[in-house]
Amino acid sequence: MAERKIRVLIAKPGLDGHDRGAKVIARALRDAGMEVIYTGLRQTPEQIVQAALQEDVDCIGLSILSGAHMVLVPQVMKLLHEKGLDHILVVVGGIIPDEDVPKLKQVGVAEVFPPGTLLDDIIRFIREHVRQRA
Amino acid sequence: MVTKEMKSHLDIALERWEEETLHPALRKRPERMPEFTTVSHHPVKRLYTPLDIADMDYERDIGFPGEYPFTRGVYPTMYRGRLWTMRQFAGFGTAFDTNRRFKYLLEQGQTGLSVAFDLPTLMGVDSDDPAAAGEVGKCGVAISSLEDMEVLFDGIPLDQVTTSMTINAPASVIFAMYLVVAEKQGADWKKISGTIQNDILKEYIAQKEWIYPPHPSMRLVVDSIIFCTREVPRWHPISISGYHIREAGSTALQELAFTLRDGIEYVQAVVDAGLDVDAFAPRLSFFFNSHNDFFEEIAKFRAARRVWAKVMRERFGAKDPRSWMCRFHTQTAGCSLTAQQPYNNVVRTAIQALAAVLGGTQSLHTNSLDEALALPTEQAAQLALRTQQIIAYESGVTNTIDPLAGSYFVETLTNEMERGCWDYFEKIDAMGGMIAAIERGFPQREIQEASYRYQQAVERGEKIIVGVNKFVVEEEEEIPILYIDDSVAETQRERLRQLRARRDNAKVERTLAALKEAARGTENTMPYILECVRAYATLGEICNALKEVFGTYQEPTF
Repeated sequence: MAERKIRVLIAKPGLDGHDRGAKVIARALRDAGMEVIYTGLRQTPEQIVQAALQEDVDCIGLSILSGAHMVLVPQVMKLLHEKGLDHILVVVGGIIPDEDVPKLKQVGVAEVFPPGTLLDDIIRFIREHVRQRA
Repeated sequence: MVTKEMKSHLDIALERWEEETLHPALRKRPERMPEFTTVSHHPVKRLYTPLDIADMDYERDIGFPGEYPFTRGVYPTMYRGRLWTMRQFAGFGTAFDTNRRFKYLLEQGQTGLSVAFDLPTLMGVDSDDPAAAGEVGKCGVAISSLEDMEVLFDGIPLDQVTTSMTINAPASVIFAMYLVVAEKQGADWKKISGTIQNDILKEYIAQKEWIYPPHPSMRLVVDSIIFCTREVPRWHPISISGYHIREAGSTALQELAFTLRDGIEYVQAVVDAGLDVDAFAPRLSFFFNSHNDFFEEIAKFRAARRVWAKVMRERFGAKDPRSWMCRFHTQTAGCSLTAQQPYNNVVRTAIQALAAVLGGTQSLHTNSLDEALALPTEQAAQLALRTQQIIAYESGVTNTIDPLAGSYFVETLTNEMERGCWDYFEKIDAMGGMIAAIERGFPQREIQEASYRYQQAVERGEKIIVGVNKFVVEEEEEIPILYIDDSVAETQRERLRQLRARRDNAKVERTLAALKEAARGTENTMPYILECVRAYATLGEICNALKEVFGTYQEPTF
């Protein structure tokens, strides 16, 4: 049997519509052989976690540029925990000040990718860490 | 511009140069890359000569500043007469915070105000709505009611400043709030001036901050243009924007072509509503991005003026020369800024600002070095303004008009930009116009392709970003960051609670009901929105009332 493809949910929580990064990442992960589900814009943490559950994903990539990450990301993490989805790898991309990175990692985010991160680095990180968790 | 004889002589001379001088040099040392392209992947030749612009006619294609086709500038004296307006976009936290920043910027010699709103405001959502959680005051100032707007402009006489407001889906409501503040200050609507972005089409194309579906959204835009033409004649009721299209990853040509095609869509809609084109077209304004590729950007600005002049005169039959002029604001490219080695951004911004000035912009915003990380600190914002002032007062580039005209390269690029626009217009016209093209996902897909192609070129090292994929340092220097604390949301919630308790709620209900009734019919919505605002109905309440009538929009998947 062929190895299951890595399944990734790319989501944009909050009110922001700047989806250039989310769409580039979605396409790059697809080109790298992963199954990618893009939720579309303006998803609440509840909708994101629900989609992650339904789609049985290995990884969630949250794209946030609006400065709302310290409110939205902990909500997603809390809901994942409540649904017993702690095995899902969560990564965050966007405009995140350095100071907030350790705080996000403390609530369970595996990695934060600032502007300028190379796609290959993101792909490699997701491959390695999903495998470790499997 | 070149006679036949000169042309054949030059042809021979060029061939000779290639054989005798170039080829031996190339054999010794090949060029650094097999192909040279702009940041937009547009091919650039090794050398441009008079042969590249042999078919141009100076008077027809380039002409004189202040005259059709305006390639050299919209005004006869350009910056010798008056410098561009230095208009730094600002807004954060509460209206109190931003009011203080505005006063600081005015003291520093800034010549116009430009309001950045937070995301809830941009989406027509009140600060106390659960959907606003985490976003209040973060990307701009939080404005939920007339009361906030009164604070925002407290002590700033609206008949003495010009104000630009970047707001789109709820533009009519925010504009109405501004008008009522002016009214309360005793400022005459006939005298106040400024710009409201009000460009919903580029939201569907690029920035994705819409509320209603495209057709009712267009009606709100048309209503506000008609209202402005009659009641606030010095106001620019729309700023047709390419900035966000570029930020979403488009090429320079796509930015230009989609923006001008959006312009065509708006002009057609207002003409269809019964206005004479010359009654409103002189008040239309544009907004472009200035990115890293210096000459490509300058060519884009020059082509913008020529294409728009032709569109207005030939497609719409406008007779007033002011209707032919493409006047524009420019902002340096936010997406070109890097979080790595942030001081490099000062240099990028200076080059981009210089391109905008050499391109003949009417106003300019220069980004701050820290904007890949957060909203700018006061020091960073001041340095950005100083960058403009150095170009204006020290560089000497303002001494003569359109100094790059006649450059074989710049004129060729300008021509190529223009041709590219006509090609895109033809495609979009064939689809049935811009709204139809948007519904098919055409501009969105074109932009996505371009942005992905660029990202891949960066990954492969074909396009260099200094400090990101070359000249990388391990230990980054930390720079100060502006933090917006969560007390902003708390303050806003409390202010709204008090407002809802204090105002005449029956009057609010009546004005909202009247607005819905007007929205269902064909009357101009602006006077009804003004009534709601005067009664202190909130932004969210007004937008929700319109949502009941117009519905909401889901992006097509593609």
